Amino acid sequence: MLKLKYFELFRTLAVVLIALLLTMLFILLISDNKLETMRIFLAEPVSSRSHVGNVIELAIPLIFTGLAMALMFRMNLFNLGAEGIFFFSGLVAAAVGIQTGLSPFVHPLLAILAGGAVGSMIAFVVGFLKAKWDANELVTSLMFNSILLGVGLYILNYFLRDASAYTTSSYKIAATAQLARIIPGTRVHTGLIVALLLVVLVYLFVYKTRWGYELRMTGANRAFAEYSGIKTGRTIVYVHLISGFIAGIGGSIEVLGMHPRFDWTALPGHGFDGALVAMLAKNGPAAVVLSAFFLAYIRVGADMMSRYSDVPAEMLAVIQSVILLLVSADQFLKFWKNRMLLKEAQKNG
Amino acid sequence: MDKLLEILFTTEFAYSIFRVTTPILFAALGALLSNRAGVPNIGLEGIMLTSALVGVIVSAYTGSAWIGLLGAAAGGMLLAWILAFFTLQLKTDVILGGIAINAFASGGTVFILYMLTGEKGTSSQLASKMLPEVHIPLIRDIPVLGPILSGHHVLTYLSIISAVFVYWLLKHTPLGLRIRAVGENPKAAQSVGVRVKRTRYIALVLSGLFASLGGAFMSMGYLSLFTRDMTAGRGWIALAAESMGRSTAVGTTATSFLFGFAQALSNALQLLKIPSELIQTVPYLATVIGLVIYAWQRTRKAQKGG
Amino acid sequence: MAEAVLEMRNITKVYPNGVVANRDVNFSLAEGEIHALAGENGAGKSTLMKILFGMEDPSEGEIRLRGAKVRFRNPQDAIAAGIGMVHQHFMLVPSFTVAENMILGMEPKRNGVMLNLREAVRITEEVARKYNLHVDPLAKVENLTVGMKQKVEILKALVRGAQILVLDEPTAVLTPQETAELFEELKMLKKNGHTIVFISHKLKEVKAICDRITIMRAGRTEGVFPIDAVSEQDITRLMVGRDVVLKYEKDGRPYGKPMLRVNGLTMAGAHGKLVLNNVSFSVREGEILGVAGVEGNGQTQLVEAIMGRAAGAAGTVEVDGTEIGRLDIERVRAQGVAYIPEDRMRQGAAGSASILDNLISTRYKRKEWNIGPLLNRKKMWKLSESLIEAFQIKASGPAQPIGMLSGGNMQKVVVARESDANPRVLIAEQPTRGVDVGAAQIIHHKMLELRRQGCAILLLSADLNEVLELSDSLIVMYEGEIVAYFDNPSELSEQELGLYMLGTKRQDAERIGRARHA
Repeated sequence: MLKLKYFELFRTLAVVLIALLLTMLFILLISDNKLETMRIFLAEPVSSRSHVGNVIELAIPLIFTGLAMALMFRMNLFNLGAEGIFFFSGLVAAAVGIQTGLSPFVHPLLAILAGGAVGSMIAFVVGFLKAKWDANELVTSLMFNSILLGVGLYILNYFLRDASAYTTSSYKIAATAQLARIIPGTRVHTGLIVALLLVVLVYLFVYKTRWGYELRMTGANRAFAEYSGIKTGRTIVYVHLISGFIAGIGGSIEVLGMHPRFDWTALPGHGFDGALVAMLAKNGPAAVVLSAFFLAYIRVGADMMSRYSDVPAEMLAVIQSVILLLVSADQFLKFWKNRMLLKEAQKNG
Repeated sequence: MDKLLEILFTTEFAYSIFRVTTPILFAALGALLSNRAGVPNIGLEGIMLTSALVGVIVSAYTGSAWIGLLGAAAGGMLLAWILAFFTLQLKTDVILGGIAINAFASGGTVFILYMLTGEKGTSSQLASKMLPEVHIPLIRDIPVLGPILSGHHVLTYLSIISAVFVYWLLKHTPLGLRIRAVGENPKAAQSVGVRVKRTRYIALVLSGLFASLGGAFMSMGYLSLFTRDMTAGRGWIALAAESMGRSTAVGTTATSFLFGFAQALSNALQLLKIPSELIQTVPYLATVIGLVIYAWQRTRKAQKGG
Repeated sequence: MAEAVLEMRNITKVYPNGVVANRDVNFSLAEGEIHALAGENGAGKSTLMKILFGMEDPSEGEIRLRGAKVRFRNPQDAIAAGIGMVHQHFMLVPSFTVAENMILGMEPKRNGVMLNLREAVRITEEVARKYNLHVDPLAKVENLTVGMKQKVEILKALVRGAQILVLDEPTAVLTPQETAELFEELKMLKKNGHTIVFISHKLKEVKAICDRITIMRAGRTEGVFPIDAVSEQDITRLMVGRDVVLKYEKDGRPYGKPMLRVNGLTMAGAHGKLVLNNVSFSVREGEILGVAGVEGNGQTQLVEAIMGRAAGAAGTVEVDGTEIGRLDIERVRAQGVAYIPEDRMRQGAAGSASILDNLISTRYKRKEWNIGPLLNRKKMWKLSESLIEAFQIKASGPAQPIGMLSGGNMQKVVVARESDANPRVLIAEQPTRGVDVGAAQIIHHKMLELRRQGCAILLLSADLNEVLELSDSLIVMYEGEIVAYFDNPSELSEQELGLYMLGTKRQDAERIGRARHA
C-alpha cells in the first residue's frame, strides 16, 4: 500500500525530469551559446539573493491559486475562474488601497478581505449555477474570466486611472496599504506568511474536519455522498466560496505586495498556472508549496534566459503543456506500476 | 436606442453576422463530432490559434494562400492527434488534455513566431496571404438578400457546407453511426467489433480539422495576419454553442449563429458611445446566459420526467 | 458422443495485478449440445468466455475450433469464426433502433458511402423470420422490454453467423414465463444445429435444459458431467466446496408494532403514466417484508419515495408515526432508517475513498465522532478495525481504497455501515447481487440478526430464492401497484409467483389490503 504512494511520487519526479530534459533539448537546438544558456536557466535563479527573492515572489501567488484550484479539482470541478477572480480582486484591493486615512495595520487587512469577499461572491455565482442547474462550470468560469477582464478594465479606465502616470494604471496605492518586506534585499513580502499559514489551514480543513470530509466524498462519488445524507449541492457552493476567497486574497496580496499601482491590462495568468501547480501536486495542500516553488523556479529561469541569452521565455509554455499532459496520464509508466502491484499481490498471497 | 436599431436593420449588419459566426461554427462542429464520440475536445481554442499561425507561416513561405490553408489544416489535425494519443493511449483525462493543448498554443505560438520573425506580437513581418472572397453571380443581384448572402469569404461558405456535411455524416454514413454508438455505449460497439479507439481517433482528428479551418479564417480572412491570442475565446464559445445545441448538427448550427449574432452586435455597438471594454464582454455574457437557460431547462425536464 | 466442436485447453489467465482468474482450465464443447458453465461469481467463467470471445488474451493455453488451432485477438475474430455472445448486461445502443443495432459494425452501404437503413430493416426482418424471434426493426431499443432486448441480442449474434452461442446469465432479468419462452427458442436453435454455452448459477434451469455441465471454482474446472449424472446438491458442493443450501432458521417471534408505514403512495412518471399507484403496506418490528417483481415495475420509485427523494409523490411514508416522505435524506436517516442501495458502485460506496471513509459516511457529523471542529480519526479507525473483523472483510486495513476490494467484500462494508448504527428500519435493495456465496451468507445472517433485534426490514430482490427464503411476508409489484400479498411465502411456488409478477393474476383488494397489517 505504501509502495503505491511512493510510486505516485516517483512518477511526478519522472515528469519533472522529462520537463527539464526537454528544456535542455530546446536550448541545444535554439541557442548559440548552449552551455551558458543552460547554466542561466538552471543556476541563475539561485545565484543571488535578489534572484532567489524573485523565485519566492512568484511562488507566493502560485501557492494561492494552486490551493484554490486544488480544492476545485478534488471535487472533480473544472472551474478555471481563479484567473478572473485573481485579476478582479486585485483591482478591488487596489481600490481600497488607494483610499487614505487608515492605519497601516487595518488598511491592508481591509483591502485583502475586500478582495477575498468579492472573489467569494464571484465564485459563488458559478458554484450556484453548477449546484442548482448543473451548468457546465468550465465554460461559465472561462466566460466569467473574460467578463471580469472587461468590467475590470472599464472600472480602471473610467474611475481609478491616474492620467499623470506613464502607463495605464491606477492612482498610487497608499503606503499604509502596501505589504511590508520581510527579507532584506528582496521584494518578498508578508504575503508569504499568509500563504504558508493558509496551506496549513487548508490541509487541516480538507483532511481533519467534517466539511473537508464532505468535500472529499462529494468529489469521490456525488451519488454516494447524497445517499449518505451529505448535502452535495451545499458542499459545491461552499467549496466555491472558499476557493474564490483564496483566489481573491491571492490577487489582493499580489497587488498590495508587488505593485505600487494597479497596472494589469490583461489577465496576469496566475490562475491558469494554479491549475498546473495543483495537478503537479496531485491536489495535496502541502505538495502545492513544493509545486509552486518548482514552477516559480523554472519561470524565473526562463525569464533570466530570455533576458541574458537568446531563448525566448515562451518556450516554457511548451514545457508546461507537456508537464500537464504527462502528469495526468494514468498510463504513463503504468507498466511499472503493474509490476509493483503484481509483486505486492504475490507477496500477500 | 433608435441609433441602435438603425445599425441593426442593415444588410451590413446581417452580412457581418455570417462573417463573425464562421470561426464559431467551424469550432462548434468540431466540438459536436468529438462530443458525440464520447471524447469532448476542450482544446479547440488552442487548435484554432495554432492553425491560425501555421496558415500564416505556410502561406508566407510558399506564396500561396491555398497551401497555407492546407498547412493550417494539417497543423490542426496533428494537434488533435496528439490530444487523441494522450487521451486514448496514455489515458490522460480528456479535459485536462484539452487544457494542456490550449496552454501549449497560447505561449507556443508566440514562441514559434518569435523564432521565425523575431517579433512576438504580430506576424506583420510575414507576407502572408489571404483567402479570397466569393461573389456569387446571380444571387448578388437580388435586392436585400444579395449583399447579405454574396461576397462572403470562401471559408464562410465552406462553414455552411461543413454544417450540412456533418449532419449528413452523422445520420447517413456508417462512420457516423459508429461515432454515435461509440459515444453512447462504447461497450456495445466493441462487442460487435467496432474499434472504439480508432473511431475516437477519427472523431478527434476531424474535430481538429474543423477547428483548424476556423483558425485559418481568423488569420487569412477575418484579419490578414496573426496576432497573439487572436482567437480570444471563440473556442470556448463554440463549446457552449455545441452544448446548447443539444449535440445535434442542426441545433449546433443554430446556436453558433446565435453567438455570432451576439458578437456582431458587440462590434456594432462600438459605433455608439458605449465603453468598448464593456461591449467586449457582450458575447461572453450572452454565452453564460445561454448556458444557464439551457441548464435550467434541462434540469426542469429531468425533474418532470423522473 | 458427437465430435468436439470447440476445445479450450490448459487456459491460464493472470491479470497484471496478480489475480489468477483461470488456472489450467479445460473446456470442451460437443457439436449441437447445450452445455452449462456453472460457478459462483469470481469462479472464472466470465474470464474464460472473454478469452473465447477475443476480449482477453490467455496467459497460457490454446483454443481449438473443429480441431484447428485458432487465436482471437478481438471480438471481430471470434465473430468471424462463428462465435456469438449474448452478454448479461445488454450491449445495445439505447437511442438506436433495433435495425441500427442489428447492423452496427457490418453496415450495409448504398453507393459505397451512404448508410442503407432500408437494407438494415430488411436484414432484421429476414433473420427474425428465420429464427422465429419476433422483433420490430424500427422500435427504439430504449423502449423495449427486457425480454425483447434479449431477443435482439440473440438475433444480433445469429445474423453475424454465429454457430456457437454463449449466453451469460440470460435468465437473470427474466420472469419465469419469459424464461420458458427462451428455453423454447434455445431448443429450436439446437435442433437447427447450433451449439449453446449456457452460463448460469440457477441450477433448476440448468437441470431443465442442458445436456452437460462444466463446473468451475476459484479459477479451476472441478469437472464436466452429463446433466443427469449430478444432482443440484452435487453441483452446489462442487461450486462452493461445501453443501450450501439456502435455508435459514427463523424463530417464530411475534412481530412488534408497524414501524415503516406506506399509505396511498402515488407518483406520476415522465409521460403522465403512474409509476406508483396507491401503494400501501407496513413493515412491523422484527419482520422482513419482501418485494417481488420484475425490474421496472415501481420498485426503484418506491425506494426513492421512502428515502425522500421523490418530489411530487402523493401519499404518506411514516417511520413510527413520523412522516418522512418530504424530509431530506439526512433527516430520514436520523429517524433510524438505513439503506443498502442496489448499485454499490454508484450510491453505496466511493471507490477511491478508503474503507474508513466509506464506513463513517452516515455518522461523521455527530458530536460523538468529533472533537470540536476536528474529526476523531482515532475513534473512527478503531470502529473500522472492529467492523472489518466482525464481517470478515478481506482487506489490508481501514486505509485501503474500497475500490480495490472484491464485490462481496465491498458489499460487506456497505452492509456493515448500514447495520452498525442499530437501525429501526432497513431498506435492502438487491443486497447480495454480484456477491459470492460466503459473503452473501454473512450478509443474510446480519439481516436476520437485525430482525431478531426488532428491526423492520424491507427487502427488494430479483433473486427469487433469496426473497422467498428470507421474507416473512411478501408483496408483489406490477406496474406500480401491489397485486398480491402473501404472509407465508415459503409455501409459494415460483410458477405461481411468476403469474403475479407478470400481471396475469391478481388478488382482490381485500387480500392486498392485508399488507397494511391490520
